[in-house]
Amino acid sequence: MSPIWPIFKREFAAYFATPLAYVFIVIFLFAMGAFTFYIGHFYENGVADLSVFFGFHPWLYLFLVPAISMRLWAEERRTGTMELLLTLPVPLWATVAGKFLAAWAFTGVALALTFPIWITVNFLGNPDNGVILASYVGSLLMAGGYLAIGACISASTGNQVIAFVVSVVVCFLFTISGAPLVLDVFRGWAPLAFVNAVSSFSFLTHFTAISAGVIDLRDVIFFFSLIGLFLAANVVIIDLKKTG
Amino acid sequence: MIEIERLTKSFGPIAAVAGIDLKVEKGEVLGFLGPNGAGKSTTMKMITGFLAPTSGRVRVCGHDVENETLEAQRMIGYLPEGAPAYGDMTPRQFLGFIAEVRGYKGADVKSRVDAAVAKTELDAVLDQPIDTLSKGFKRRVGLAQAILHDPAVLIMDEPTDGLDPNQKHSVRKLLSAMAKEKAIIVSTHLLEEVEAICTRAVIIDRGRIVADGTPGQLLARSRHHNAVTLLLPPAQAEIARAKLKSLTGVATVEQTVRADGLAELTAFPKAGALLIELVSALAVAEKWDVKELYAEAGRLDEVFRAVTTHDAARARENRA
Repeated sequence: MSPIWPIFKREFAAYFATPLAYVFIVIFLFAMGAFTFYIGHFYENGVADLSVFFGFHPWLYLFLVPAISMRLWAEERRTGTMELLLTLPVPLWATVAGKFLAAWAFTGVALALTFPIWITVNFLGNPDNGVILASYVGSLLMAGGYLAIGACISASTGNQVIAFVVSVVVCFLFTISGAPLVLDVFRGWAPLAFVNAVSSFSFLTHFTAISAGVIDLRDVIFFFSLIGLFLAANVVIIDLKKTG
Repeated sequence: MIEIERLTKSFGPIAAVAGIDLKVEKGEVLGFLGPNGAGKSTTMKMITGFLAPTSGRVRVCGHDVENETLEAQRMIGYLPEGAPAYGDMTPRQFLGFIAEVRGYKGADVKSRVDAAVAKTELDAVLDQPIDTLSKGFKRRVGLAQAILHDPAVLIMDEPTDGLDPNQKHSVRKLLSAMAKEKAIIVSTHLLEEVEAICTRAVIIDRGRIVADGTPGQLLARSRHHNAVTLLLPPAQAEIARAKLKSLTGVATVEQTVRADGLAELTAFPKAGALLIELVSALAVAEKWDVKELYAEAGRLDEVFRAVTTHDAARARENRA
């Protein structure tokens, strides 16, 4: 049995041991609904698809995912359980992975609970369910990306508020790095290849591509390598803190 | 079982641990003493692999903590300072988690948890969230977690801190019962604890070992070692003082008046002299009205104060 499993299990159960999970899920579902129906005019559009619904995901994640990730390490540091956790005979990568996977699975649960809207749209018309499934996959991958960033930032501070604010900002930059707001800063002077590289980090671009219904391997690889990169950074940060 | 060689740890300009050499064998219970900030916890954190040393090395059961961290950590049971635990879990869940992380499966998890619970008398609170438990129970959850895998080496950072006398007694009993089979390091501020359970005491100050010996050896360094105290009515005090002083083997005599009006005379011996028989014989011969008469093995707090520095002095030094 991999040492990841007990860590994952404990961490996942911890969400439901406190009101955190329930508050988060209720707010997540409520916000999804409010955005989709009132701001996105889901009914008035008269189109049987969920593009409006998924269009809001990056922006909701921007605030809700850092709310989950901020406690991942910062809380362990504050309560002293970090010392307990890191002196157990578990490789650091397994601890990092276990905690991340638990948070990701929890986000997955919240996302899965939006299923009524999928049923609704099928009841109202004939949507392309393949596109919807792809969008769900894309949304989950994107949430994983945000979580990995947030986990890494949480590892570097003992203060949850700092972890939250910094995570929101970093996630925001990753979300819109394909937008003129970010690219114009570089366009005047940086080489085109660099501008393209920055633009290619955009969560929006990759998520939009997937939610168009095509799960392009490149987009999947993007999210997985981003997750891998930030988890590796997470391991390094915790290891550096050992050195003091 | 624990070998520490020239261990140092610096945080920026401050050397928390400044070169410690120590060997702890099976069967030893080592009391780790020192003022706050002397480097006790930092040393323990390096033994358990939570902090990496700046230089030097630690080996636990032959495994280098820095290079074979997991192998070393498998041998260690560790109670960190303040006995941290996941507060939203119950002791049953928490200990189950620890058992699984330590690689136990199925029925073994249950038997390990049951054994640790029995030793630490946790059965009454097994299904209450740890956050709602009293300090004594929380500490015992930490202890149970540390001894769950029956480790060869136990590292305990202030295991009895904040416990009432009954709880302290049961923790000490538990440690003493395991002592023969393990190498144990216990940090504490309670000097009576050292006398009660430790086979060896090490005092550290400013990151260095300043005293190392059995509790008896350390006590022998105390000014009160073999000193004899007697309580007398004030009227007899002056004569008694002079007589005591004239005894061979007595270095000095100190006199205080107690709150209840009795005079307290303490005779300090010259190096190596035993006074108790001489003094009691003298008291009988002189027909003094002795209310109390006792000899002391020594006072550990005296030794402690003599070899360590005050925190304010230390802080000034660091600033300069």
